[in-house]
Amino acid sequence: MQKSDEFLSLSKDSLYALSRERGLSLSAEEMLAIQSYFAEQGRGPSDAELETIAQTWSEHCKHKTFRAAIEHTERDELGLERKRHYKDLLKDTIVKVTQELQKPWCLSVFKDNAGIVSYDNKEALAFKVETHNHPSALEPYGGAGTGLGGVIRDVLGAGLGARPIANTDVFCFGPLDEAGRNKSMGGLSTRRIFHGVVSGVRDYGNRMGIPTVNGAVYFDDDFKDNPLVFCGTLGLMPVHTIEKAVCPGDRIVMTGGRVGRDGIHGATFSSDSLTTGIESSVVQIGNPIVQKKMMDVLLAARDKKLYRGITDCGAGGLSSAVGEMGEKTGADVSLEKVPLKYKGLSPWEIWLSESQERMVLAVPPGNLEELQALFSSEDVDCTDIGIFTDNQRLRVSYDQEVIVDMCMGFLHDGVPKQHLKSFWSCPPEVPFISETQDPRPKTQDRKRKKSRYELERALLGILAQPTVASKEWIIRQYDHEVQGRTVLKPLVGTQSQGPGDAAVLQLHPSSLQGTALACGVNPHFSRWDPYWMAASVLDEAVRNLVAVGARLDRIAVLDNFCGGDPQDPRILGGLVRCAQACYDVASVYGTPFISGKDSLYNQFEWEANGIKEKRSIPTTLLISAVSQVGDVSKVVSMDFKRAGNWIYVLGETRDELGGSRYGIWRNTAGGSVPRLNPQDTWGLYEKLAEAISQGLVSACHDCSEGGLGAALAEMSLAGELGFYLDVRKALLSADLRNEARTDKVLFSESNGRFVVEVSPRAKRGFLSCLKGMPVSCIGQVREGKRLQITGMEGKTYAWSVSEVEKAWRNGIDVRN
Amino acid sequence: MNNKIANQKSKIKNVSVHPVKALVLRCAGTNCDQETMWALEQAGACAERVHINAFVREEREINDFDLMVVPGGFSFGDDIASGKVLANKLLYKLKGPLEQFVGAGKPVIGICNGFQVLTKCGLLPGVSGWDSSLKATLTDNDSGKFECRWVFLKTGSRRCLFTKGLPDVFPLPVAHAEGKFVPESEKFFKSLEKNGQVAFRYVNAKGRKAGYPWNPNGSFGDVAGICNKAGNVLGLMPHPERYAFTFQHSHWTRVKPLPVNGVGLQIFKNAVRAVEKSKKLEIRN
Repeated sequence: MQKSDEFLSLSKDSLYALSRERGLSLSAEEMLAIQSYFAEQGRGPSDAELETIAQTWSEHCKHKTFRAAIEHTERDELGLERKRHYKDLLKDTIVKVTQELQKPWCLSVFKDNAGIVSYDNKEALAFKVETHNHPSALEPYGGAGTGLGGVIRDVLGAGLGARPIANTDVFCFGPLDEAGRNKSMGGLSTRRIFHGVVSGVRDYGNRMGIPTVNGAVYFDDDFKDNPLVFCGTLGLMPVHTIEKAVCPGDRIVMTGGRVGRDGIHGATFSSDSLTTGIESSVVQIGNPIVQKKMMDVLLAARDKKLYRGITDCGAGGLSSAVGEMGEKTGADVSLEKVPLKYKGLSPWEIWLSESQERMVLAVPPGNLEELQALFSSEDVDCTDIGIFTDNQRLRVSYDQEVIVDMCMGFLHDGVPKQHLKSFWSCPPEVPFISETQDPRPKTQDRKRKKSRYELERALLGILAQPTVASKEWIIRQYDHEVQGRTVLKPLVGTQSQGPGDAAVLQLHPSSLQGTALACGVNPHFSRWDPYWMAASVLDEAVRNLVAVGARLDRIAVLDNFCGGDPQDPRILGGLVRCAQACYDVASVYGTPFISGKDSLYNQFEWEANGIKEKRSIPTTLLISAVSQVGDVSKVVSMDFKRAGNWIYVLGETRDELGGSRYGIWRNTAGGSVPRLNPQDTWGLYEKLAEAISQGLVSACHDCSEGGLGAALAEMSLAGELGFYLDVRKALLSADLRNEARTDKVLFSESNGRFVVEVSPRAKRGFLSCLKGMPVSCIGQVREGKRLQITGMEGKTYAWSVSEVEKAWRNGIDVRN
Repeated sequence: MNNKIANQKSKIKNVSVHPVKALVLRCAGTNCDQETMWALEQAGACAERVHINAFVREEREINDFDLMVVPGGFSFGDDIASGKVLANKLLYKLKGPLEQFVGAGKPVIGICNGFQVLTKCGLLPGVSGWDSSLKATLTDNDSGKFECRWVFLKTGSRRCLFTKGLPDVFPLPVAHAEGKFVPESEKFFKSLEKNGQVAFRYVNAKGRKAGYPWNPNGSFGDVAGICNKAGNVLGLMPHPERYAFTFQHSHWTRVKPLPVNGVGLQIFKNAVRAVEKSKKLEIRN
């Protein structure tokens, strides 16, 4: 074993310098902990040991920030400070709500590769969402593709393995305007990232034969240097396969792809800021067909009970997969047995490579022969690379030469707990812009269009904002029908042109039971307050499920946090507020978190004129939600169905224009961000769910980006039907009613609202179902293809269905 | 609605004494096998998924089956060209048994990637049984990208055993990047039309000829599917197995009354009926 006894005598500063130089992403305190462990052993660490610890302890794998003890300080509008202590941020918020809710249908949460909930008495669903942000910024096609490949393996490695049945994807990019054509500082152009990410996910997902049924795409300046790529997979598994085990004596079997030099240092690089000059060899290279054929035979082996433990080879490669599986037992690996893509890899590279499409199995020795025969019958590599021991040590050798020999306890629990300080101060309230103010630069174009009401142009402008506009160009490149289960598709309406709220899958043709998937994301709200951002996106994800008629008592949610450098107390303060909102809202909604992930250090550092600068993304939370559908024949789509039907608005519209799409259109940062009173909204959701299950609702659409205006326009274009309505009939907060501004009413993004279409025949039943709730009938669906709205001041505004459709469908400029 | 579903369920379980044995051929990258199984079972067949290696290694025999489907997917990653590697496996490893299978008049359906495979191995257009040279191909969509969308099809062939009982115009989804049908020559295409081998064409909702996106890939003559001269081998780009059941339809929430099954099921039913008929003939003889 190579020894660097010099290591033992290094000072704190030189240890940290070593961490930086080697790209270990370990802090000085962590390096000291390693030094003291090896001092006890009486020797210095080998390169492979140091790398193994760095992978295992990386932010990416260990979530050190979310597990840290945090002293949080908040300063309110009056300058009063309040402190709050978190012993472990994750345990005190996200995990706590799940523990308190004690849902018996949460079968496996926060311990496996994916969260597992029960589906019926025979089957369970595994759901996981991952990010692949850093790789996608560097090599968009490969980074995004392997991001999806990785989360699919997470689900394949949940319990004894679930069959992937649906994918979701959410992307945040910089703007695609003219500036998007130019390279960002040292990085790639936004357009190149956009096209690379879209096609990377397409080629991986389609080739795996998994339908992509739900997602969102967000465009904002904030994501120019650090795009976000979230990929999720839902899997279906027999209920008896949710538990896994590893026993001493079990063979360690690696299956699937071979090992090359790709993706070395993936986990550690993802746990640091992006800067110029990073080698793209940190990004893995994907080959979906290798994974597809591995998956086919793996699930057959699962059903034959040939292995009893499984995990995927993700970040950290074999080092983290074997290290994780053998945590309680111990493991002994012979690297010379590992099949390689090409010769010339040094042992530590084999041990740490993140080459894709690999899983590690724990196989009882007696099953090895049958397992290998099964894998070879479908031409899939499957190699015995070692044994799980009972000495709680991780031992790795290459041809007798030992390169790693350390205690599992230190590797997994030796990381020093972080103690961090966070700070949040409430930004001063700026009123939303008046109707006549106009901070936008004047252009010829705007003068010419003076003939039209400003409000009419605003709706078309909002619909054409890439974040709101139709994502059809992307959705159609993703097979959303494969496996034949998608009964409510991402595109709905007469010609599949409208945006569905949530996807619904009928899992087996012999049963009407199904499952629904939705998401919520809106990082722009974070500029106002990450707390209300988090509350809003959790509400949006839940609202989307409510809108299609999913069961409210079976909603499970996943959190994916993305943010900048958590060492900055203000950034950490935002994350803390976000996590606190998750707890506050989810405990009222009764929606347990079943899995989650965080990706920090999403910031870009560069040097300009000798000055170091950095820019980081706003705190972003993606909530993915899954629930059950009792009877798929009763689900509701968002397209207007029939002329003569009544249009209702559910929920109260308030003066909440802060962070709204209309605010962006008017180029203002004023207004209050939408808040949420979860007790009130939940009561409404329960009644609406009841009305939908009784078949009293013809169409239902949630109000989110673009408010009532965008929701109504989308329902109209999807059903190719017009409407007439009067916004004065909508339920408005008192201040909004007094102010009587139509633009605010139409474009406020208050949470907890829906637009609902009800047939004259169902009207009575619907109203009695929603008795006592904030419900108002505002108008009627009309045959003519005209959208007509009477404003607060009595003026009538009008659009044609075709013009709103044109604006909405052509909003994203997809040129290269 | 519940009763109808219950009826369907009982039908799936009700397998007759001499079931029609359907093969769903698998290989690396096959991915529409499960839903194809569901459709075949719903149509009354007893279906089994078998990996091509089992036939190549002579552990199983293709001719033990009565009907075969080459399902959609990305066989062998569509490396070289879509369907090419699997086509070569069929051509160079299984030509004998397959020739016997097709020669016996047993139904063969190639869906999407399966259509690409059957075309690239010479079973389709199948003017002379097994074509010795490539007479037609399926290539990159005119749009230059993978597209998943619903289209309308019009049946045009009396020769083809799979088109019986289908409505004149009906919807099915497509999902492919290489589905543009290109024949060897215009003259050759005329002969296909004359032989009644053009099984399905892309049309608009009214059943008329129309351009993109109704014809989603720019296929010559709006061809969506063709059959061989004998009428027992069908290849089509749209996915009938993705509309074999009621709620798979693109916008069933607007449709009243809802049909009991998806229209795509009829294609599988026709295949199963054809086998049943020939089996009855065998027994009688």
